[in-house]
Amino acid sequence: MPHTETHHERPTLVQLRDVHLSFGSNKVLKGVDLNVRQGDAVSIIGPSGSGKSTILRCINGLLAPERGEIVVGNTPVHALKTEADRIALRKRIGFVFQQYNLFPHLSVLENIVIAPTRILGTDRQTAEREARELLARVRLSDKADAYPGQLSGGQQQRVAIARALAMHPELVLFDEVTSALDPETVGEVLAVIRELVQDGLTCILVTHEMRFAEEVSHEIVFTEGGEIVEHGTPQTIFHAPRNPRTHGFINALRN
Amino acid sequence: MATENNTLILKAPWVFPTVSPVALWLVALVAAWAVLGQLYADSIRLLLLWVPHLAKGLQMNILTSVLAIGIGTVLGLLVGALELSQARWINTPARWYVQVFRNAPLLVLIFFTTYVFPFEIKIGSIYLPFPDWIKATIGLALPASAHIAEILRGAVQSIPTPQWEASASLAFSRSQTLRWIILPQCVKRVLPPWMNLYAMITMSTTLASLVGVTELLESAKNASNTVNRTDFTILVYLAILTLFFAYCYPITRLTRRLEKKFSFH
Ligand SMILES: Nc1ncnc2c1ncn2[C@@H]1O[C@H](COP(=O)(O)OP(=O)(O)O)[C@@H](O)[C@H]1O
Ligand SMILES: [Mg+2]
Repeated sequence: MPHTETHHERPTLVQLRDVHLSFGSNKVLKGVDLNVRQGDAVSIIGPSGSGKSTILRCINGLLAPERGEIVVGNTPVHALKTEADRIALRKRIGFVFQQYNLFPHLSVLENIVIAPTRILGTDRQTAEREARELLARVRLSDKADAYPGQLSGGQQQRVAIARALAMHPELVLFDEVTSALDPETVGEVLAVIRELVQDGLTCILVTHEMRFAEEVSHEIVFTEGGEIVEHGTPQTIFHAPRNPRTHGFINALRN
Repeated sequence: MATENNTLILKAPWVFPTVSPVALWLVALVAAWAVLGQLYADSIRLLLLWVPHLAKGLQMNILTSVLAIGIGTVLGLLVGALELSQARWINTPARWYVQVFRNAPLLVLIFFTTYVFPFEIKIGSIYLPFPDWIKATIGLALPASAHIAEILRGAVQSIPTPQWEASASLAFSRSQTLRWIILPQCVKRVLPPWMNLYAMITMSTTLASLVGVTELLESAKNASNTVNRTDFTILVYLAILTLFFAYCYPITRLTRRLEKKFSFH
């Protein structure tokens, strides 16, 4: 399902131009460019510490770059000054974390409805109905009243995905969402993401699941040392990388 | 279980089962009453006559402690909230407040509030009395508020930062995150130290006797001066210890239970 005819005609949703960011003297992003079209699934791969999470955090305004431009839809993220502006941006962007970060004091259902009801002002009934639909979608209908502490990692992560989707985001950022999971629960989470991509949700995925990335992504981006070393179709990056560093990384993973 | 204990005893015969200090206290009090009750049976009868007087004193201790923790909590939550503010001109004074009142000797504060406030307050043309026991209560409430601010700050900071990030990513503002996500998770962390503080305040209320408040210790002094017998004096003070123990021990126990219960989540 990637590479449909309409792929190249879709408008750009996320655009990064020459993004620089450092923590103190540690230069973490050194001129990152990225383009994500509406409906695309773009996977960011690369060694740990190469700045992948930092890129995602810049896109939803958790971090502000020192230089460069970030545009999401029509919003110039790099130029947002107030908390209110960043809140308006984050209403449109979902974020799913490696460690799920569910709210432990709230039931699964409350975890999902709290943002739509409190932030978007959705009425309780609608929010709850949508939450139950989302729980069905991530195959956790029977866990609505459970608390996060009672769920397995894979179940928690699926709740976290449902919680992000409850805000009807136009873009969802996934940051190594299967890295903390037991191998047997990785599949159930990937299955959910696969369906989202098929439904046309725009996704940026940081992942170490190479086979999955190759299967679902429209584009793969390889980062190293705060730079985008190479990007291209899954076919190119995984089977005919042009850059020797990409080649090295892919090969190291294969063995 | 039993075999485990046995092997432990066999391997290390010098290991005694650990006894909590509270249990030791309990044993000591019971033993003291048993011995003294035998020795001074008639003094105990005398002590019973003084019970209403002592009870009135104890009432004052309870009233003072409840008011002090009440005022201290309201004030402490306020100061704690200011301490958590990101604006330096707000959090710096709050931090100073906490440092000053946490590090001031309690007795000095009680003397200070007793002498710094007038004995009556004029509101319009009405003169309201400002009794010493209220001044002493304020002296207890000020350090309590500093401790509560610290307890609150510690609890908020003990909530992992990813909770803040997850909330921010769902478009929560900072204050919404604090209200709906962070503070609800703090309640269980705050409760045990808060109750501990209350037990401490209760025991400190006896300091109010030093500025002339008629509380339990003062009542006991009256009783012992009036009767003027060493054995009676000993009994009266033993009675005070017992009363405080009876009041504070259940609080301590409940605190322990809550701590244990919450440590699982
Ligand atoms: N909040 C932070 N403060 C200081 N350094 C950070 C912070 N977050 C990330 N870094 C540093 O930035 C670099 C890139 O981190 P990150 O984007 O998390 O990499 P990746 O997700 O690719 O593993 C690392 O060297 C990391 O130590
Ligand atoms: Mg990362």
